[in-house]
Amino acid sequence: MSPSSGQTVPTPLREIAKVVRSKNAGPFEITLDIIFKNREDFDAVKRSGVITRELISELYNVPTQSIITFGFFDLVNAVKITLPRPRAQGGVGETDMHAAQQHAPLQEIRVPWPA
Amino acid sequence: MALASNDEIRILTPSGMLGYGFPVDHFKMGLALKPHAITIDSGSTDSGPQKLGLGEMTCSREAYVKDLEVLLEGQRAAKVPLLISSAGGDGTNLHVDVFRDIIAEIARRRGWRLKLAKIYSDIDKAHIAKELKAGRIEPLGPVPPLDLREVDAATVVVAQIGAEPFVKALDESANAQGGVDVIVSGRSYDPSPTAAMAIRAGFDPALAWHMGKIMECGALCAEPVGRNVMGWLRRDHFEIEPLNPAERCTTSSVAAHTLYEKTHPFLLAGPGGTLDLSNCRYEQVTDRRVRVSGSRFEPAKIYTVKLEGAKTSGYRSIFIAGARDPIFIGQIDEILAKVIAATRAYFKEVPEEAYRIIPHLYGKNGVMGDLEPVKTPAHELCIIVEVAAATQSLATAICGKARTTLMHAPYPGRIATAGNLASPFTPLEIPLGQACEFNVYHLMKIDSPTALFPIQVEEIA
Repeated sequence: MSPSSGQTVPTPLREIAKVVRSKNAGPFEITLDIIFKNREDFDAVKRSGVITRELISELYNVPTQSIITFGFFDLVNAVKITLPRPRAQGGVGETDMHAAQQHAPLQEIRVPWPA
Repeated sequence: MALASNDEIRILTPSGMLGYGFPVDHFKMGLALKPHAITIDSGSTDSGPQKLGLGEMTCSREAYVKDLEVLLEGQRAAKVPLLISSAGGDGTNLHVDVFRDIIAEIARRRGWRLKLAKIYSDIDKAHIAKELKAGRIEPLGPVPPLDLREVDAATVVVAQIGAEPFVKALDESANAQGGVDVIVSGRSYDPSPTAAMAIRAGFDPALAWHMGKIMECGALCAEPVGRNVMGWLRRDHFEIEPLNPAERCTTSSVAAHTLYEKTHPFLLAGPGGTLDLSNCRYEQVTDRRVRVSGSRFEPAKIYTVKLEGAKTSGYRSIFIAGARDPIFIGQIDEILAKVIAATRAYFKEVPEEAYRIIPHLYGKNGVMGDLEPVKTPAHELCIIVEVAAATQSLATAICGKARTTLMHAPYPGRIATAGNLASPFTPLEIPLGQACEFNVYHLMKIDSPTALFPIQVEEIA
C-alpha cells in the first residue's frame, strides 16, 4: 500500500503504526517510539517527510536543538525520538512518573495514505 | 555444577523484575533445559527517587520472600549459580543486606546450606568529592553538572557495576567444595549478571552484553510479552526463546526490544563500553526462537560507571477536587493564579521560595503539563493542587488555605455562588509524606572496575 500511487487521505499514525508509546529513558529523558508493521509502511511514512525534528519541536514545545535523539531506524522499522524531561522524574510537580502517557500527540500526526 | 562447554552457555531468566512473581511451571521448563546460571534483576529507577531517597524497596519484603524461595529451590535443583542484581530496586548496601537476610531466613527454615556472595556498590561520598575535584565526574544526559552540596544532600549514592565484580565474586568464591550458590549485588547495570557468566566462560563480550540486555527484561522481547526466557550463547551468535509456549520471539520483537526505555535504539552505553547493534542480524530459527549475530562492543578508553543518588526535598500535601461549571472552567488559569497569590499573601511570614504550590489540571493538561499541545479544556476538570514545604504540617496548612480559597473564589460571571469545587474525599487535604528528587545521575571515571565494590563471601547454614 504505497501512497505514491492513487488517491491519498491524511491518516493519523494511530491507524498506521503498530506501536506508538512513550517511557522514561532514565530519570532525565523521555523516549518516544513509533514502530511500524512492516518496512513498506515505515518507508512510506519516512518518504512522506511529515515526521521531522521541526514537527516534534512544535508538538512537544521543545527547541529542536534540545532533541536528544531523532531518527528513522530501518533495522527495527521505527522512529525514535528522545527528549529531555521537563523535570527530573518523580520530584515535586511530577505529572507522569513513568512518562508512559506522553505519546498521544504522535498518534494524531497525519500522513498522506492510500484512501 | 554444569560447566559451560566451549561451544555454548545457557542462561535462564525467570522474570524482568524480582518481586513481581513469575510462572513457576515455565521456570521449571527452563531448569529442564540445563542452564549454566539463573540471572534475575531487581533494579529500576523507574518508579521514582523515593527508594534511594528514603531507603524504600520496589516490592514488599513478602513479595521478595515469595520469589526468592522459588528461585532458591530452582538453584538447588539445577546446582548452578543464582545471580541477583540491584537488590531491592535501588541496590543500596542496606538492601543487599535485606536480601541476604531473607535468603538466610529461607535457608534456615528449609534446612539448606548455601554459599552466598554479596557485592556492595554504595560509593563513599569522600571518594566522590575527590573525583569531582579531579574533574572525573560528568553529567549523564540533560543533567546539571554535579555539585558537592548535592552529593552531601543525597541520602546515598550508588554506582552501577559492570560484569567484572560478578566475575570476581564467582572466581573468589570457587574452591574445592564448589562454587557460589547465590550472588546478591548492589546497583548493577541490568545486563551485567548474564554478561558476566558468558564473558567469564570466554564468549564474545558483544554477544554477552547484547544477550544480557535482552534477557534482563525477562520475556519482554516476546509476543505477547512474558516473564521466563532462555538464552543460548554460542561462539558467533546467540538464540533467545520464551519459556511460555503461548509466547514467541520474532525477529521484529527481538530487534525492537532494544528501543524500550533507551535513549538510542542501537547505541547502548554501559560500564566499560558501548554496545553497537546497528549491524545486527536477526533470524527466525523456529516459530518461537530468534538467532542474533553481528553485535559489536566498543570498549571505552576510560572505564566509567553511572552514579545514582536522590535526596529528600521536604513534605507534600495535596487536595483533589472536581469542577463541572463551564463558566469556572473557562477561567481556571486566571482563577488559580489569583488563589495562589492570595494563599501566598496569607502566608507572608513564610519565605516565598520555602514552599511550592503546583496545580495539576486533569481535563486540561494534567498529564502533559507544558508539553500539552491541545489547549481546549474538557467539560469537567479534576484539580489536584500539590504543595511542597519544609514540614508536613506547613504543607497541609498551605494546601488547606489554597483549597478553601479556591472553593469560594469569586470570578467574573459567577452564578454558582455556593462553592466552586466537588470534593470526593476526606481528609480534604491529604498528607503525602516526604518528597524525593534524583540529584545525582552522573558518570564517574574509575581506575579499576572492581576496586570500589567490596565482595563478601559467606556460608549460610
